[in-house]
Amino acid sequence: MNEEQRNYVLRTVEERGVRLVRLWFTDVLGNLKSFAISPVELENALEDGMTFDGSSIDGFSRVQESDVLAVPDANTFEVLPWGDTKTPEARVFCDIHNLDGTPFEGDPRQVLKRNLAAARALGLTFFVAPDMEYFYFAPPQRGQAPEPLDEAGFFDLTTSDISDSMRKQTIRTLEAMGIPVEYSFHEDAPSQHEIDLRHNDGLSMADSIMTFRLVVKEVAASQGVHASFMPKPLEGVQGSGMHVHLSLFSGEENAFYSPDDAYNLSPIAKHFMAGLLRHAAEITAVTNQTVNSYKRLVPGFEAPVHISWARNNRSGLIRVPIPKKGNPMATRIEYRSPDPACNPYLAFSVILAAGMRGIRDSYELPVEADANLFQLDDAQLAALGIDQIPASLGDALKVMETSELVKEALGDHIFEWFLRNKRNEWRSYKAHVSAFEHDRYLRSL
Amino acid sequence: MSESAELLAIFGDPPPTDLVRTLDLGGYKWKAVTGADDVTRHEPSGGWAGAVVACDADPETAWALCRALRKRDIPVAPLLVLLSGGQLADISMRDDLFDDFCLTPFHPIELEARLRHMLRKNGSGASADTRPDLVEYSGLALNVETYQAAIEGKPLDLTYMEYELLKFLAQNPGRVFTREVLLSRVWGYEYYGGARTVDVHIRRLRAKLGEEHQNLIQTVRSVGYRFGQTRWG
Repeated sequence: MNEEQRNYVLRTVEERGVRLVRLWFTDVLGNLKSFAISPVELENALEDGMTFDGSSIDGFSRVQESDVLAVPDANTFEVLPWGDTKTPEARVFCDIHNLDGTPFEGDPRQVLKRNLAAARALGLTFFVAPDMEYFYFAPPQRGQAPEPLDEAGFFDLTTSDISDSMRKQTIRTLEAMGIPVEYSFHEDAPSQHEIDLRHNDGLSMADSIMTFRLVVKEVAASQGVHASFMPKPLEGVQGSGMHVHLSLFSGEENAFYSPDDAYNLSPIAKHFMAGLLRHAAEITAVTNQTVNSYKRLVPGFEAPVHISWARNNRSGLIRVPIPKKGNPMATRIEYRSPDPACNPYLAFSVILAAGMRGIRDSYELPVEADANLFQLDDAQLAALGIDQIPASLGDALKVMETSELVKEALGDHIFEWFLRNKRNEWRSYKAHVSAFEHDRYLRSL
Repeated sequence: MSESAELLAIFGDPPPTDLVRTLDLGGYKWKAVTGADDVTRHEPSGGWAGAVVACDADPETAWALCRALRKRDIPVAPLLVLLSGGQLADISMRDDLFDDFCLTPFHPIELEARLRHMLRKNGSGASADTRPDLVEYSGLALNVETYQAAIEGKPLDLTYMEYELLKFLAQNPGRVFTREVLLSRVWGYEYYGGARTVDVHIRRLRAKLGEEHQNLIQTVRSVGYRFGQTRWG
């Protein structure tokens, strides 16, 4: 770390009277983890990292050695814009290292860094802009259906005022943390909101998503409301997705743009899309990592089901949005299956790896599927060569475990831990007898 | 950090002797200039700390020079004019051309006090009394010594790179920089993400400056970015 950067952090802590510095990192499942240190320890932490016992963190455990080092990334140091202004707190994202200083293979942030570095070695920088969807609910009670604010009669004031003001407060906080918002609106489903973040490089964006989820939840909690990124919390209405708008830049040039193509897509963009499509089934367990994720990926709710692409067909997995004013910088593709409950570091890693594989091996892009695929039957889809996204977490894991690409992108440690953990989740779910079954079978059988 | 400006440009052909004496006694560094070209030719690498223009001898040339100094890419500021009492009527039309004035014949103590005040306000390094570590511009205050920035007195929470970018821009108000120049001057060799990184950081900075002040950083179409207005352009 350079000296100026360190001085900046230390001096800011002193000048602003920061009382606590929160060291942030992410476990394999995408949960934000944090431990706090006092300012006097910060200088040492910046220099040598802080040792902690990794065995309590999901996916960090190893056989022999459980101590790991959290090394702050001084570039991400920021005073938090919430809390008591008299006793300010700051956060800094950390990379996790082994005690010998090598990157810890269980750290999702370093996995993403490794994948981004591979693209950068070819002169390409990965940019991502996610559309984040989520719901506001009354505080959940165990065993009870979630209660959307719009319907809950939870407040004396009209509930749309409350949720709009929470969304505005969220956006103010995000902007204060350097996370620019492009659009925001109330989504179709009751109490569902969407906040679209402006593009940023992959690593900063994954950090931003971690911050985003916390900010949304904190703002809601301050009003006694529960914000949820559960992919399909309510039956019969849209779920929450995290469409990601993707592009690769080569210096100042958008490598996805070509003036010579009808859709302004360069050969690089087409190979990247072909890679994503060919490996889509393999990476789905990572981009959609819960049992519940697959209840969103069903026909009828603007979520993708088929592995296809189109310019303006929202039933496809990849959409090619039309850039405003034909701006070459804005040429991009939109990958529509991920949901906001994913681990953004790992999701970006496998998405990028799939696309880069398409570029490396010059995959050919299949023809555009501009028909409404939901109206075609299986035979027609098969004739078009269109597969479906895995229908359940169990199916997705089966495809993932055979994937050399995902194993390479995630590294052995995370690949194996993730499969083990998620197979357990799938097994528990399979053993669960649901209300659906009681309603359908108990009387009639 | 760029070298702080400490040289004053002095106009008057020849420079008035009482002015020269006052500056020398006050410990100011100065250079006599005869016109706008001269100002450009002799400009120190860190820019001029400011200018003193004697308008009483040849008002027409002097005012033209003031106008030229304001219109430059980097305006020469602050600017103090020396006027005779009879010229007071002329200045209402020219309020935008100078920061302060002093009537001739001036009292050396008054001129010195005015200069000190004017240069301090501008954060210029022309005299030992000023604070070169403080950059102030239209509600923004940036203290290079403590790494802190504030807008209307309220601290800005910046990341290191946001701070470095704002510092660089604020130290060069009115000047247009391309993305490449910003990348090499601010990020140096360790940059990552290419020129687009600059756009992203500019957007982040604007978001943090807030709606009222985000126009401090202007996009200059198909060129790059500029901090502050070219009020005189």
